[in-house]
Order: sequence, then C-alpha cells, then structure tokens
Amino acid sequence: MTITKLMGSAALALLPMAGAAFAQDASAELPPCEGCAESMVIMSWGGAYQNSQLKAYVEPYIAQTGIAVTWDESSNEAIAKLRAAQEAGNMPFDLVDVEGPDAQRACDEGLAAEIDVAEVLAPGADGATVEDDFGDSLINDCYVPQIYFSTTFGYRTDVAEWNGATPDDLCDVFDTTAFPGKRSLQASPKKNLEWALICDGVPAADVYKVLEEEGGVERALAKLDTIKGDVIWWTAGAETPQLLADKEVVIGSTYNGRLFSVIAEQGQPVEMLWDYQNFDFDGWIVPAGLDEARMNRVMHFLHFATDTQRLADQAKYIAYGPARASSQPLVSTHAELGIEMAPFMPTNPDNMKNFLVNNIEWWADHQDEVEATFQNWLAQ
Amino acid sequence: MADATVTGGMPAGLGARGAAATPGPMVAADGTPLKASLARSLRRQKMRALLLIAPLLLFIVVSFVLPIGDMLLRSVQNGIVPDTLPRTVVALRDDPAEVPGEAVFEALYADLVVAEEYKVHTQLGSRLNYEMGGASSMFRGAGRAVGRFGTDIYAEQFEDADPALVDPARWAVWMADPAVREALPRTADAYDAWAGFTAELGGDDPAAEELGDVVYAALYRDLASGAQAPGLPAVDVAGFESVSLRDEFIADDAGWGEPAIWDLLRTFSPRVTAGYYLNAVDLQMGPDGVEMRPEGDRIYLQLFVRTMILSVTITATCILLGYPVAFLLASLPMRSANLLMILVLLPFWTSLLVRTSAWKVLLQQQGVINDLLVWAGLIGNDGRLALINNQTGTIIAMTHILLPFMILPLYSVMKGIPPTYVRAAKSLGANDWTAFWRVYFPQSIPGIGAGSILVFILAIGYYITPELVGGTKGVFISNRIAYHISDSLNWGLAAALGTILLAVVLLLYWAYDRMVGIDNVKLGG
Repeated sequence: MTITKLMGSAALALLPMAGAAFAQDASAELPPCEGCAESMVIMSWGGAYQNSQLKAYVEPYIAQTGIAVTWDESSNEAIAKLRAAQEAGNMPFDLVDVEGPDAQRACDEGLAAEIDVAEVLAPGADGATVEDDFGDSLINDCYVPQIYFSTTFGYRTDVAEWNGATPDDLCDVFDTTAFPGKRSLQASPKKNLEWALICDGVPAADVYKVLEEEGGVERALAKLDTIKGDVIWWTAGAETPQLLADKEVVIGSTYNGRLFSVIAEQGQPVEMLWDYQNFDFDGWIVPAGLDEARMNRVMHFLHFATDTQRLADQAKYIAYGPARASSQPLVSTHAELGIEMAPFMPTNPDNMKNFLVNNIEWWADHQDEVEATFQNWLAQ
Repeated sequence: MADATVTGGMPAGLGARGAAATPGPMVAADGTPLKASLARSLRRQKMRALLLIAPLLLFIVVSFVLPIGDMLLRSVQNGIVPDTLPRTVVALRDDPAEVPGEAVFEALYADLVVAEEYKVHTQLGSRLNYEMGGASSMFRGAGRAVGRFGTDIYAEQFEDADPALVDPARWAVWMADPAVREALPRTADAYDAWAGFTAELGGDDPAAEELGDVVYAALYRDLASGAQAPGLPAVDVAGFESVSLRDEFIADDAGWGEPAIWDLLRTFSPRVTAGYYLNAVDLQMGPDGVEMRPEGDRIYLQLFVRTMILSVTITATCILLGYPVAFLLASLPMRSANLLMILVLLPFWTSLLVRTSAWKVLLQQQGVINDLLVWAGLIGNDGRLALINNQTGTIIAMTHILLPFMILPLYSVMKGIPPTYVRAAKSLGANDWTAFWRVYFPQSIPGIGAGSILVFILAIGYYITPELVGGTKGVFISNRIAYHISDSLNWGLAAALGTILLAVVLLLYWAYDRMVGIDNVKLGG
C-alpha cells in the first residue's frame, strides 16, 4: 500500500528544512523539446486548484520554454467534452485534468492515450522508480496522477447544543442525539454508502463486498435513513463551506482543500474530522490521437510538471497531498499564509489513522444501478 | 397559387377585352403567355425570399436541426454490439443454449483479440454496463486475459508438424488464394482481422510478421472439423493438444458461465434498440418481454410527472403575480409605467446564478426571511421554515426568474385593449367587477395564453435553478438528462429522455392549440 509508505515519508515533512537537500534548480536540467508544438491547451478546474498548477509548474514551464498556454476551465465535464471532440474529429485539448474515476472512464472509452510512465516521467528525486514513487495512484495505463485529495468532514466548533463535545469519530456524523443539527452530504451514493456501512458495523475492508451482496446497498441506505431528515444534499464542493459558514449545517462533507480555505483563509470556527477520510486522485490524461508535435510537447511538459519538486511546490498553494512519495518530505509552508501545510494534508499520518480509498473499479461497474437506487431513495 | 391569382384576381374588364381581341391564352407585354409570365415572376419572388432567409435557415439547420437530430438518433442506436463482436453475434444466433457452447466462445475470443487491439472492448463494456452492472469489468478483464489464454500451444504444434505453417510469407500467398480461403473460412477471417490490425495499427507488413495465436486457433478449428486446404502442408490435428476457450473465459470471470451476460448480448445484438426508451420510462427488457423495473430503481416516470406538476404550478404563480403587475403597467401613465417597466426588466440584466444564489441567502433556515419571521415572533426559533432545498424553493426561485416572460406579453396585450370598452360597460350599468370580468378579462386572455406557453416551456427544460435550490425533491427531469450527458456518459438514455420531453411539449402544444387555438396567442398588441 503506497499510502502507508506515504505516511512514513510525510512524517519527515514535519522536520523543518528536511526538503532542502532535494530542492534544486530545474532550469539547468530541462532538455530542449524537439519537434514540439509551440502552444498547449490545458483543461483544468479553474479556481484555487488551477492557480496552484499555474504557480507550481505552468508558469515556471512557460518561463523556460516560452510557449503559449491556454486554459479551459471545464474539467467537471471533461469526459463529455472529450467524447464530443473525438466524435467531431477535432481535439482542441492537449492535456486534461481529471479525477481518478473519470480517468478510468476516459481510458475505457478510448478517449485517453496510453502513457508509458516509466519512459515519460522523471524518476523520484530520491532515486525511486516512477512506479514505486507513484505507487497505487497509477490506477490505469492512461493516468499521470498529481495529487491525493480526500473527501472528509468539517464541523463547527461553536455549537451550543453539543455541550463542549467535539466529534472525533466518523459515526458521530450519524449520531444526532449527541451531535444534533443539520449535516450536509454529497447527493451521490459514492462515499456515503461506504461511511454508512462502516457506522453500521461493517469492517472497512469488507465494505465493497457487503455492497455487492443482495441487500447491501439497502442496508447502507437504511443507515442513512436514520439521519435523512437532518441532511442537506450538496452537488458542488463549495456548498458545504458556505453552509458551514452560514450555520446552516453543523457538520458537512466536502473536499479537504475546501475546508482548508474555510479554516485557514477565512478563519471560520470550523475544525476537520479526518476519521475515514476517503482518498481519491487528481491527475492528467492526454487525449488520444494528438499529432506528433502536440504529443511531444505534452510529454515534455509532463516530465517537468510531475517531477518531485514541482509536485511538492503545488502543496504550497493548496492543501492536497502530492501523488509522489518522494515529494512528501518537501512539503513546506503555504506560499501566502506562511502556515505549515502538513497538518492540513490528507496524507499526514495524524490524519490517516482510518481512511478509505475510492474503489474506482467497483464504482465503474456499479455506479449506474446504485445511482438509480440512490436517487430513488432520495426522492422518497 | 399562380392559377388562382390569374383567374380569381383578374379584373373582369381585362378578361373581357383579352377574350375579345385574341381568342386563346392571354399574353404579357413580351409575348409570353400571361400565366407563365406570372408564375415566373412569382417564382423569382419566392427565390428572392428564400435567398434572403438562406443564411438564417442554413444557420438553424447546421447549428440546431442537425445536432439535435443526431442526438435524438442516439436514443435508438446500438451498433456498438454488432460492430465490436460481429462473429459472436452471428455465432449466438445458432446457439440457443442459456450459456452457449465452445463455438460462440471461439467467436468471442477472435472478436476480443481484435477489439483489444483497437481498444474498443472497454467501450462495449461501458455500453453494456448501462444494462447490467459488472459488464464493464468483465470486458475489461477479458480484454486483458485474451492474450494469456493458452492458445499459443497451437502455433508450437503446427511448427513442430511442419515449419512451413509458421512462415508469414507463405501465409500471405495462401490467403490470397480463393480456394484456400473457401476451404478454411475461419482461418481466412482470423487472418484478415490479424493482418488488418497488424498493418493498420503497427504499420507492419503482415507477410513479414509472426502470425497471431488467433490465426492458429482458427486453423486448428478448421482442420479439426475436417477441412482440407489445397496447397497447405497436410497436418493431422487429431493428436494435437487443444484448449477450451469456454473454460478459459469462465476461469477468468465466472460471469461468462452465467446466462445473464448472454441474455444481454442476445437482447442487444440488433443495430437498433428500444432499450434506452424502455429505461427512460422505468421499463426493462426481461426474459418474458417488457416489464417494470424493480420498485427501488424506478425514477424517471416520477421525475416526468414532477416536472409537469412543478412547471404548471410555476406557470400558475406567474399568472397570479404577473397579471396585476401587467394591469398596473398598462393603466398607468407612460412616464411611471416606463419606470416600473425597468424594475420588471432589471432581473434580465442580472446573472441567473446571482439571482439564484440570492434566493439561497434569503430562503435558507438561518437566512433573511426566517430571521425576520423569528424576530417578528411569527415563528419560534425551533420552527424555522424549510423554504429551500425542496419544491418550495424551486417554485419560489423559478417564479421570480420567469415572471418577466409572463408580464411582458400580458402588458403588450393589455396595452392594446381600448379603455373605452370598460368605460362603455360601466356607462351601461356594470359595476367595476362585472366590467373587468366580462369585458376586460376576456380580451386579455391571449396575453395569458402567450405568457403561459412561454413560461411553461421555459420551466419544463429548466436545469440550473432546480439544481441549486431544489434539494432532492425539487429537481426536474432535465437535471437527470444533464447527469447522463456529463457524468454517467449514457448519452443514449439522455437522448431518449430528451426525446420524450420534446414529444410531451409538442403534445401539450397541440392540445393547447385544439383547446384555446394558437391564433388566440398574442405576443404583442
């Protein structure tokens, strides 16, 4: 399990200056790009995440190569756009940022090109091979991961009805007696079903086995039924932070980076509940069928943008954990706020006592029917 | 039309004079028959009109009709199964067994070897996964596994029997010979497929490349079934070690040994399917024909009904709120009416998202309206109203957003009602209410009709506002369509849902025309 390996190396991040030994100037080593296109269109998420990419490696890359980069901020509908572009026979994108499940789908649908990561990417700064360094985040042959993010909970620290107690267990989310108040959960079966089963007494390792059994999904929904009346369902990651800040909910799930901005940037009375945080990946795919010049440029960029230092640099701008184990020791402080990023990293060992990893293959197989059941349950 | 114009529209005097001067057809000044000349000039006029609208027409056809038509066609298209598994589809026709025999598995093996090379087996898996959970990983797994199936033993045994049998150059010659191809049909088919992807994907010359195992497996089957090919070295395959592809597939994934996947492949073998439409109305194709989906999986009918009910409710609230406003606007003097009109139009100049988010701030439980009610003592702090993330939220926000579409046609129709009629009614003894209800209101109905059609048709396809304020019970069918377009990628189902929605709107429009008459709809005075 790479995540356990990350735990060890992330601990080093707490030692000041541990990363200095690896810090190096990349400008000397960036080889010239031969037969490469002079521009790139990158699809990403916009907002804070795209900004972290811009600062950590796109701007440095432009500074060294002088190419033009255009952003398309539509990663939330990346697969639909890629499919439409492929059917139209005109691919406007060179590089697309997607989450793990979408990468799997793009790979399955033949929308993404297969990438030989060992050949294209740089080995770890500590000498680890690409496969070892990225480990489990290499979920398929098309994916170049950048970060770990997790879906986890934030709660308000000023709820009078809680009488000073703070939730420290995932199942406190399901306990409306000790922790009364509204919750916000994602309007999607993913993660919610897993969490419900764990709090219904299923060992974390057996969650998908139980879900696959007859009545497994119903069992999870029955557990969710116990708090259904107290739940506000969200569809966009920004909703839970807003609901928490407006006191509409007292606990809510969202992406850990969003909670970081609520806590560290906006200073709201909110804390994080990391118990059974659900890991997922975000990374690059390259559309299938690019011509040679564009493909060369993309590979040249990927080699630079996913090396150990660049992935560590990204964590200066956003609270997501680098996908490379070798980047973990280099994670330092936030570029503007100056605070230590390690406590906000999902890969920080303190935050990883219990965790789940999004089972992409299981969800790829069962999403359609489970989604139908879940939507039906929501509508009841 | 031209005839009617000539005979019907001709002044009587002209006809009489023409008939007196020259019997026979009338002629124009240049000597051509008047009828033909008129027809020509009419045709010219029509052509000119057509040319004038041509840019717009072309634009609409290219950017609207064609893409929508293409999208709607997807709701029945199912070419992916016969295109990806052509041999399996044919072989399955001859094998009615619940779990078919070796011949079908051999066809599936050949299909998957080809599909894996072109990386299309996973697309088929995703398609079939819409119908049966788990199909996606079965095909992904099988694609990985076909390379490992023990079919390499055939090449070795053929080489041991006669080394000429593994010479690619000789194969190229044999496979160009119609007699050989006829004697070894499966081998020829497998060789063509192999040669096809070797040349196309690898850019290699099939006559110089080591043949794929799939060709030898086919050759073994041809020879084992007693085929004799002229020109090929005679090999007795009776003593050959063989491998059961059926066992290999089932060993890779037990699902291949169960009837479900085969039922599915048989059901979706044809190029055209009703599956998406059945799915869109909570039906499915069962072993005994069409049946309802399991209770827990039915969502679409409910959503269609909800979309209709909420859209009608929103239209009704728009009429209730819009009518008095339009009435006021129409009866005020121009100066103050213009000022009020700006207030009506102001929302148009504000982003839809901003307006919707503003409603969130107003309506939520810790929001402005609830705070005011609690402050005024009308409700207790524990009894805060749930005004958002439910149907109430959708109705309130969408009524606000669509209100101008009701007020504007109403206003323009009311502007055209002469005030003298009401005055006349009053002078004849009607009281205010009777004068309004019997005289004014009937004349404003075309405005209500126009506004209602506009609001209803806009509401039925609304998507972003219900998504933001509708919670789980205030969302529309369009939110599911969006989900299938961008999240689940089930475009066939999205197209079927969209087609049904379009059909329902057209049906309602037709019914409206029959009941009210579309001529009674006025967008302007």
